[in-house]
Amino acid sequence: MKKQNSIGQPYRRIEGALKVTGRAKYAAEYQVEDLLYGYVVNSKITKGRIESIDESATRAVDGVVEVFHHDNRSSLPRFDLLYSDMDAPPGSPFRPLYDNKIQFAGQPVAFVVAETFEAARYAASLLTVHYAEEEFDVDLKANMDKARDPSKGLATFIKPLPPGPRGDFEKAYAAADERFEGKFHHGSQHHNPMEMFATTTVYEGDGKLTIYDKTQGTSNSQIYVSNLFGLSMSDVRVIAPFVGGGFGSGLRPQYQLVFSVMAALELKRNVRVSMDRRQMFTFGHRPETFQHTRFGATKDGTLTAINHEAFAETSNFEDYNEVVVNHANMLYPADNVTLDYKLIPLDRFTPMDMRAPGGSTGMLAIETTMDQLADQLDLDPLEFRLRNYAERDVSSDKPFSSKELKECYRQGAERFGWNERQPTAKKVRRGNRLVGHGMSSGIWDVIALPGKATATFTAEGKLIVESAVTDNGQGTYTVMTQIAADQLGLPLESVSFKYGDSKHPLSPIQGGSYTTGVIGSAVKAACLKLKDKLFHLAQIMDGYPLGDALPEDTIFTDGAIILKKDPSVRIPLTDIIAFNRGEAVSVSKSNVPNLLKIKQYTRAAHAATFVEVEVDEQLGVINVTRAVTAVAAGKIMNPKTARSQILGGMVWGISMALREETLLDNNLGKYVNTDLGEYHIPVHADVHQLDVIFVPEEDRIINELGAKGIGEIGVISMAPAIVNAVYNATGKLVKVFPIKLGDLL
Amino acid sequence: MIKGISEAGVHEVNLVVNDEHRQLHLPPWVTLLDALRNHLGLTGTKKGCDHGQCGACTVICDDERILSCLTLATMKDGSNITTIEGIGSEDELHPLQSAFIEHDAFQCGYCTPGQICSGVAMLAAGRGDTREEIQDLMSGNLCRCGANTNIIDAIIAVKNQSK
Amino acid sequence: MNPFKYEKAASLSGAITAVQRPGGVYLGGGTNLIDLWKYGITHPDKMVDLNGLNELKSITELPDGGVRLGALVSNNTTAYHPLILERYPLLSRTILAGATAQIRNSATNGGNLLQRTRCYYFYDPDSPCNKRNPGSGCPAINGHNRLHAILGHSDSCIATFPSDMCVALAALEARVRVSGPDGERTIEFTDFHRLPGDKPELDNNLGQHELITAIDLPANGFADNYSYLKLRDRNSYAFALVSVATGLSIQDGLIREARIALGGVAHIPWRLTAAEAELRGKEPTEANFATAADIILAGASGFEHNSFKIELARRAIIRNGMMALDPASQRPGAQPSL
Repeated sequence: MKKQNSIGQPYRRIEGALKVTGRAKYAAEYQVEDLLYGYVVNSKITKGRIESIDESATRAVDGVVEVFHHDNRSSLPRFDLLYSDMDAPPGSPFRPLYDNKIQFAGQPVAFVVAETFEAARYAASLLTVHYAEEEFDVDLKANMDKARDPSKGLATFIKPLPPGPRGDFEKAYAAADERFEGKFHHGSQHHNPMEMFATTTVYEGDGKLTIYDKTQGTSNSQIYVSNLFGLSMSDVRVIAPFVGGGFGSGLRPQYQLVFSVMAALELKRNVRVSMDRRQMFTFGHRPETFQHTRFGATKDGTLTAINHEAFAETSNFEDYNEVVVNHANMLYPADNVTLDYKLIPLDRFTPMDMRAPGGSTGMLAIETTMDQLADQLDLDPLEFRLRNYAERDVSSDKPFSSKELKECYRQGAERFGWNERQPTAKKVRRGNRLVGHGMSSGIWDVIALPGKATATFTAEGKLIVESAVTDNGQGTYTVMTQIAADQLGLPLESVSFKYGDSKHPLSPIQGGSYTTGVIGSAVKAACLKLKDKLFHLAQIMDGYPLGDALPEDTIFTDGAIILKKDPSVRIPLTDIIAFNRGEAVSVSKSNVPNLLKIKQYTRAAHAATFVEVEVDEQLGVINVTRAVTAVAAGKIMNPKTARSQILGGMVWGISMALREETLLDNNLGKYVNTDLGEYHIPVHADVHQLDVIFVPEEDRIINELGAKGIGEIGVISMAPAIVNAVYNATGKLVKVFPIKLGDLL
Repeated sequence: MIKGISEAGVHEVNLVVNDEHRQLHLPPWVTLLDALRNHLGLTGTKKGCDHGQCGACTVICDDERILSCLTLATMKDGSNITTIEGIGSEDELHPLQSAFIEHDAFQCGYCTPGQICSGVAMLAAGRGDTREEIQDLMSGNLCRCGANTNIIDAIIAVKNQSK
Repeated sequence: MNPFKYEKAASLSGAITAVQRPGGVYLGGGTNLIDLWKYGITHPDKMVDLNGLNELKSITELPDGGVRLGALVSNNTTAYHPLILERYPLLSRTILAGATAQIRNSATNGGNLLQRTRCYYFYDPDSPCNKRNPGSGCPAINGHNRLHAILGHSDSCIATFPSDMCVALAALEARVRVSGPDGERTIEFTDFHRLPGDKPELDNNLGQHELITAIDLPANGFADNYSYLKLRDRNSYAFALVSVATGLSIQDGLIREARIALGGVAHIPWRLTAAEAELRGKEPTEANFATAADIILAGASGFEHNSFKIELARRAIIRNGMMALDPASQRPGAQPSL
């Protein structure tokens, strides 16, 4: 008896038809009666306080219903804890409209609610806010003397601070045959998902709310709103089945959610508040970071000394941290290591996880440094990495739960044709263009969290699985359906995965590449429990068709339980429901990772990227003409959607290396290129041939599914591979990112 | 400055949207994008920036792709508008819609209607002879998920089908 | 984002009459005006929609061998028009390197000349800006100025003019036909836009309530040897950091006439006839284009983030001269070739 598995099959996205026909609804698109529109007013100053607000012109606009600001808002709690969200770093979370204090440029200071979108926008522009301005510090470089250790909290538990020193770095570095020291910098970056933040709050009466929110966590928004407005969780329902991209920006509730709810409660009306694109630059972002590396190696190419330091911005009210410096020694087993990660508080908003947070920053410095050392040692960059291949994580003295990085190197190099690489610059030309090849390793830590799901088998023969989790485009909807279908041996059409709704079992926010592992394991656990229950019902059915068979003697397939040794014994699952007096069978199950077990291992996804660039020798124009990324991330649930995740990551890598940066004006204390015209993300003409390889990898440690997650790993090795390829082409190393037109002149 | 919103007046706007005559009475400051989304309930056309910098609001107006966010609805009085809802339905997908699904040419799906409208209009105009030209002519539609290569692959697949 | 009145003009004279009130503006494609209105950078009281004026919507041949581009013809229609493709391929390439297909379908030829700068500070109503709010200062000078001018800037403004199409029009010596309350007149292209000086709020020399009716192209379209090279922060959908339009008439291996205009470097499309004169009678070589480039850029000066543009412009002029010898090699989006 063979069981059909959908896991590992390249299924098309279940919601595909909805998305390509425009019928998938996002937060600002729910049609509700008597809708009011809110428009936010943002601070024109960077630091100081509001002295007064003149509402008269605003209120005079036809259709204006209310103006909300710190002086007339509904009551809000004072305690930090009540503003905390699932991604809140240690500190005091920003409290929208709480008081007259201005802490960062673009801080929301008021919002106007009107009968039409146009009237709200116009009236918002007429609000006169008088400020008392204070001097601000936004300049990271000028405030390096304020660098200090990050505060500890839940965030540093999930994203650990660097381990302590090993050996004697200074001594080993001084004794090294070859040394490279690099200073790196990148500016702030903003997530800029295509959908702007929006919330449509439906006032259901009796204090009950239905909230369509753009978020990466419906449970997160639900808890946050309940705490802020003193509502019972059962009165707050947050719905987000379609989310137009997040990349981390939806891991924390954004201010439009607060305002939409505040106005709905106050006015007892349905209210929609949408951000505009400029406002998308007024909250969390990838932090501007300076990095300093010093690596030393012996003549034979053994890395002996690693020093990696990072200095990143944070706000004056929270300590955002990310894992920037921990990976060098995890990948390369040098014995003398000093790592340091410092924060510099500034008058800017708190940074926030942005696709491949920390890892993409740190690896850019690590892998560029590795290539420079390889160059000094006259070693092929891949050979240098192989000579320093870590079979065990010396940084924490633990084995890897699995690690197929070597195979990534091998398959990636072969597909790319790495052996054709010329070791010195300016050797390969196409007309005026120099051709260069570069590579990089990639690593992303696997995060384990508890998850929960319910599973129900109905009289109609349908399996319904539920979780509050969202799907921002990662393919969660499709993959969870596949996992559930396989457990009960059902075709995908018989499974309905209900998600994106806080009424379903609580889910952590969708980030960190852990959703498949966490929610997928919960779905699997719930389905196993359901199978068990169905089996036990079948056991007591009339005539005891299963006899004394144990669960392991049976198989769930084609919508039935079948006896392995006698496939003619076949009990349709719908018969079991009929026996259960037609009542659906439902179970709920939490999956809690076995921390004692998994903590004995270093758990990470790995990748290797190989890139070809063309650089116009005179004009400095860079094109990534082709790239291959080989990924080892455990079990790949759906190669079609997984490939898209990696491709997307590679495009983000192109962007990190060559395109995006939010420009901060230190004189004005604010970002200036706050639109999609001047905040450059890659266009179609920037993205050429990209190739993805999934290297088979079995991991029995990390979670029930053996899936490591793939949301971030595609980003991490791409940018450094590009930088290394540009060096290979031109002989010039650029350490300030993104590399811009003009940097190579 | 005119005194109030009422002084700006209300205009009758007649549009043929997805082969259906629609009459609206709108103040002039309503964009075609907001008319479609807020007044006609056609939310398939997306608002990604509202400033002509992302392409998510692309619709086909009298056979040409335009940005509905930089167009006043009144300017298009008497025009024929095709939005994503008019390109094809779930039961009867346009070949490019099918190709988008097959090539997994989207992740979050938010730029998708604009990409498809843009691609359909480009193919109908007979433009884009090479992959490089298609990349350039499609560059008015940003995709933040990074589905770029799949999008171009989907368009080329449809272009080759119709040859 | 203020409310405004809207009127569809039925005739040219009707449009000119209708616009004559405070805050009256002409509405063409709207791709720039509506954007500026949404940001609260312009506050029109009344928009007079010109799109019903069919007399401004054609491309016709002129008796002198030139071609007239109606002001209301869209950028894309112009770029793909058989007359333009055949006789003014430089103009076609240049238009197609600008904006996106969607914007070019709406944007008009007249409107292209009237685009406002893309300076970050001009576009942010909360920042000082002498162009938007005369006398308030110029934060770009000591702020972010990558997009900004290296030629012809003043102490009050270092903004650049963002058009691509106009770079070709400058090179081709187009003439701008305008109508207004005082009748019709023709403006030489070089006289149309103006340097910022101490009045950066004025982008051009169009009189109050005047509107562009047509752009006349002279007979010589440099259709054999031409090229547009646009260097920018991504391969498409970005404004030029430096662009160059080059047209050459070559006879017996020597340059008979040369046109070189630059975009992205000044408050106007930048053209220097002295440099073109220098090329006359010379061979089209990198060395000779370099000499021309040095003449054009002799007075250039940069700021913290844009000084690289001086050297980049020099190299772009040289490369584009060579690209003009091989128009078939050119790539979509006016990317570098060869």
